[in-house]
Amino acid sequence: MFLTMKENVVIIGGGIAGMEAARQLLLLGYNPIVVEQKEQLGGHVGKWHRLFPDMSSAQDLVRRMEEDISEANIFLETKVNSINRLREGYQVMLSNGVNIACRAILIASGFKLFDATRKEEYGYGVYDHVITNADLEAWFNGNADPRIPHAPESVGFVHCVGSRDLKAGNSQCSKVCCMTAVKQAIEIKERFPSARVWCFYMDLRLFGKKYEDFYIGAQQDYAVQFVRGRISEVSEALGGQIQVKAEDTLTGKPLRVRLDLLVLMSGMSCNPEMTRLARMARLDIDSDGFLKSLDNIRSINESNRPGIFFAGACTGTKTVPETLAEARAAALDIHRYLQKGL
Amino acid sequence: MTDFGFKLSKSSAIELDKVDTSLYERLCQAEPGARICMNCGSCGATCTAGPYSGMSLRKVILGLQRGQDVRSMLSGCMLCGKCSMVCPRGINTRHLILTLCRIYD
Repeated sequence: MFLTMKENVVIIGGGIAGMEAARQLLLLGYNPIVVEQKEQLGGHVGKWHRLFPDMSSAQDLVRRMEEDISEANIFLETKVNSINRLREGYQVMLSNGVNIACRAILIASGFKLFDATRKEEYGYGVYDHVITNADLEAWFNGNADPRIPHAPESVGFVHCVGSRDLKAGNSQCSKVCCMTAVKQAIEIKERFPSARVWCFYMDLRLFGKKYEDFYIGAQQDYAVQFVRGRISEVSEALGGQIQVKAEDTLTGKPLRVRLDLLVLMSGMSCNPEMTRLARMARLDIDSDGFLKSLDNIRSINESNRPGIFFAGACTGTKTVPETLAEARAAALDIHRYLQKGL
Repeated sequence: MTDFGFKLSKSSAIELDKVDTSLYERLCQAEPGARICMNCGSCGATCTAGPYSGMSLRKVILGLQRGQDVRSMLSGCMLCGKCSMVCPRGINTRHLILTLCRIYD
């Protein structure tokens, strides 16, 4: 009987990209080692409630993905201390003292949710009833949030918070927030049918499968109103309501509205962890600040370094299905790369 | 009154939570299509009377959502129905205009 040693592949990041790649690499006969900083797998999706376009449970998705990789080595609450080039492959040193020699590394470090306190004019962390999209999902998941009134009569959603914002250092569109705002507006209306809901947008970028149907549904079945104009200023009115100012750019008039709850659509920005890894492994950074793929059309999963691959939002903003598709593609790229070397 | 050489102008700001949208709501009851306008402006662009009368169905619906009186615009409509041919959301625009006229009456 022959003992076959399965080859190590280090996956940095235990979000959905890292997990999906680990699943594929297990199926392809490798030994994926998932390194996750946080105390649990799942990343941002693990904290979400429902996913568009079918309103499926994010928790279920992550749970199933976790089950699929039960045979993988998973290090939680662990960071990568260093990545050193060996004659063949790399040596990855982890914060828990483990050293791994491998020929392939997958970077799946994802994005950082934009810190809404940086947009001071929106008053996040200052006023009582201003929350973010992530806070709302946490509340949908059953976490208490005193900022959300028991029966809000008026709710506003602000698109593009920290996205398409040069001053905040993020020129990119975060892609998913328009659709998330439409989804969350519907979910708010389902919970509070008598509430009036307004979405404040610059452009509605509803590009994905069934996104546009959600938009029509939000207008038709939930009477959500879409106001084209970026909220310029938020203040607190007497009685704790949120006073919002914007320009209604379709009528060309200034607009004011008092709200019981304001939800900020925080976007995706570069993960500082990714920048740290890039420095360690001498990876190129693209002009948008995200990791630079070898080619943004043909080789999104490949880096400028042999044996180092990318998946998910470390190379730019992605939707969940895009991330999963990329993770599978990356696993195949890694497989081909390792086969070629044998 | 003494003329001090200055005056106070009324704010043109729309108070979104205070404007009276009951007319718009009545229209939506009768014509649910009024809710799904996405302000593309096809109707206004194709409108035969628009360039001469200022009529634009997009502006009519938007005006109702903002609690404005849109009767002067409506009176410019010749009911030719071209707007219903171009609406990408398939709103029965001509019927909507007639319904709105009836509500105003």
